[in-house]
Amino acid sequence: MKRIYLDYAATAPADPEVLKSMEPYFFEKFGNPSSIHYFGQEAKKAIEDSREITARVLGASPDEIVFNSGGTEADNTAVIETAFTLAGKGNHIITSAIEHHAVLEPAKFLEKKGFKVTYLGVDKDGLVDPQDVKKSITDKTILVSIMHANNEIGTIQPIEEIGRLTKEKGVYFHVDAVQTVGHIPVNVNKANIDLLSLSAHKFYGPKGVGALYIRKGTRTHPYLLGGDQEKGRRASTHNTPGIVGMAKALELCSVAMGQEADFQSKLRDRLIKQIPASIPESRLNGHPVKRLPNNVNFSFKYIEGESILLNLDMLGIAASTGSACTSTSLEPSHVLLAIGLPHELAHGSLRITMGRWTKEEDIDCLLENLPAVVKKLRSMSPLYEEK
Amino acid sequence: MIKDRVVVAMSGGVDSSVAAALLKSRGYEVIGITMCFNLAAGNKRKSPCCSVESIGDAARVAYKLGIRHYVLNMKKQLEERVIKDFCKEYLSGRTPNPCVKCNQFLKFDLLLNKARSLDAGFLATGHYARIENGLLKKARDLKKDQSYFIYRIKPDQLKHILFPLGEYTKDQVRRLARNYGLSVADKPGSQEICFLPGNNYREFLRSYAGVENKPGKVVDVQGNILGTHKGIPFYTIGQREGLGIARGYPVYVIKLDCRNNRIIVGPKQDAFKSVFLVKDPHYLCGRIKKKVALKVKIRYNHAESPAEIIPFKNKLMVRFRKPQFSITPGQSAVFYKGDQVYGGGIIDKVEDKNVKE
Repeated sequence: MKRIYLDYAATAPADPEVLKSMEPYFFEKFGNPSSIHYFGQEAKKAIEDSREITARVLGASPDEIVFNSGGTEADNTAVIETAFTLAGKGNHIITSAIEHHAVLEPAKFLEKKGFKVTYLGVDKDGLVDPQDVKKSITDKTILVSIMHANNEIGTIQPIEEIGRLTKEKGVYFHVDAVQTVGHIPVNVNKANIDLLSLSAHKFYGPKGVGALYIRKGTRTHPYLLGGDQEKGRRASTHNTPGIVGMAKALELCSVAMGQEADFQSKLRDRLIKQIPASIPESRLNGHPVKRLPNNVNFSFKYIEGESILLNLDMLGIAASTGSACTSTSLEPSHVLLAIGLPHELAHGSLRITMGRWTKEEDIDCLLENLPAVVKKLRSMSPLYEEK
Repeated sequence: MIKDRVVVAMSGGVDSSVAAALLKSRGYEVIGITMCFNLAAGNKRKSPCCSVESIGDAARVAYKLGIRHYVLNMKKQLEERVIKDFCKEYLSGRTPNPCVKCNQFLKFDLLLNKARSLDAGFLATGHYARIENGLLKKARDLKKDQSYFIYRIKPDQLKHILFPLGEYTKDQVRRLARNYGLSVADKPGSQEICFLPGNNYREFLRSYAGVENKPGKVVDVQGNILGTHKGIPFYTIGQREGLGIARGYPVYVIKLDCRNNRIIVGPKQDAFKSVFLVKDPHYLCGRIKKKVALKVKIRYNHAESPAEIIPFKNKLMVRFRKPQFSITPGQSAVFYKGDQVYGGGIIDKVEDKNVKE
């Protein structure tokens, strides 16, 4: 069966060039970057080169990059450790209702530890209003954490405006940029970002590696304690092949970014136009324009996203749904509820995310099959019959 | 519809795993679906049926067999269609059987529809029962027979259901599991109700449904007060332990009198009854319109016993030839004709007086 992958927001394949760049660091140049001998130095050089590349892509300086295991670790560290470090200064954190769980769960954890958290609502397109951020900042506020683009509905937040406000008020600004780094420009200085999370496997790098950008002078604390790797900011032996692969992936992205974004947004806009044309009672979730070039998210009335997903999977098309019935949690996506979708629409959502190897034919194939799948499922839905 | 595509409800236990393996070896395109209820997260206790390990076991079996596997969260449906009723029944002085409801609403309704939506010709489960010529029958292994739990299947659903284990004994199933190299071959079977860890329904009613103690009197058949009880939902017909009443002989619960918040107890022979009414009758071989002699099973572990079944308005009256111990409202009475499941219903009211033969 021909298989079509339209779930790049979940994870992307590592680029073959990335694999090639990593290979020497498994056997030939296997040294521990913390060792002082030749083998260590060889690996250390690779780490520092990678740090420079990563810093350059973000507009940061190399010593502001701390390599780690990926987005979750970066988000957890940024939120939890910063809060504990600044506990003497204040106990208030501002975030949004549509953050990734890697931010929301630490926020809930901090609430149990006595911190106060404001979860800002979003408008129907999923946008945070910077004025809400401004209004919520008090003299107790120590951190604002807002994602760059949402992983489900693709809405891109006005982080530059928010960054201006946090800088004015002297509050730390953390941005979860897991969905954007490598796909659209991210610059830590333009947006006055103090902490930024990224994850390699979302931009064609390997899994299990990522980084946290920490602006020079930012008071925080390491999450992992042990060795003095990363200048004591993150203990644990370096994942040299992973870090090298991530830097290579970033390099490839910085070259291809504009062209890839153009192509994907063309496919995206085609889907946004043709899905409602061929499927009645479908609704686009997320902002029509201020959205990731590769993200399309629709809700289809009367049916469950999970059923659409399974049916597409049987046809060889891999997508995703915001209704979490297929996962171990049950509630429909907090993001879809936050943009005001009623439960039945939140359950009927389908996320399509494209990437480097998505072709026009893949979208043709989806557009050929999706209307029939939705029609069939609706014909079986008791909700639909009642109409 | 794809005739040789089948969805198997896989719990992660040995039975449904072998069911999937058997169908795969018979050439079906098998899709495994594990229902996840995720109740453990809420009450912080491990539920044996959809704990992470069970889902993991199901997934490992599926990967080993090379079949697709999906996990569907049906917590809401379980709560709405099964648990709500479970609590309500206990509060009304009845003793429900949630497995009967789960099979009726979740497995053979929702999951069967799910199978249909995936174009599968069949839904299969690891139940020990058989379907022959459109009739539901007991399993070949009578010790293991589970037809009692699934008697509420609708006749027209039977042609879309497969019970691959119906011809096998449990020992054979375990042997098959080993032959297929399934990691769950020696996993102990679960006799527990999936949402009741440790089968402690009293604790569940307290923690989940917030049922509080509502003490009342324990009386004998003559109305003499013998002691106090903690609240009707915490007792069941035929119960002997935990009554806190010392007589010269063992004392059993023989009736729960919800209206007066009383529990009536007596010696064992008083817990034997012959006549009861069944509500919500369900038929697999056509409506019972006149008196018929069948065998009746009044709970899963009960040895079926001959009875007459008589239509009585929209209910059925069952009259056992010999009195039976602890006929319990809320449980199902299932009717058998030989090895064929004829139908059944929910035990409603039990006649106090025994009819002499």
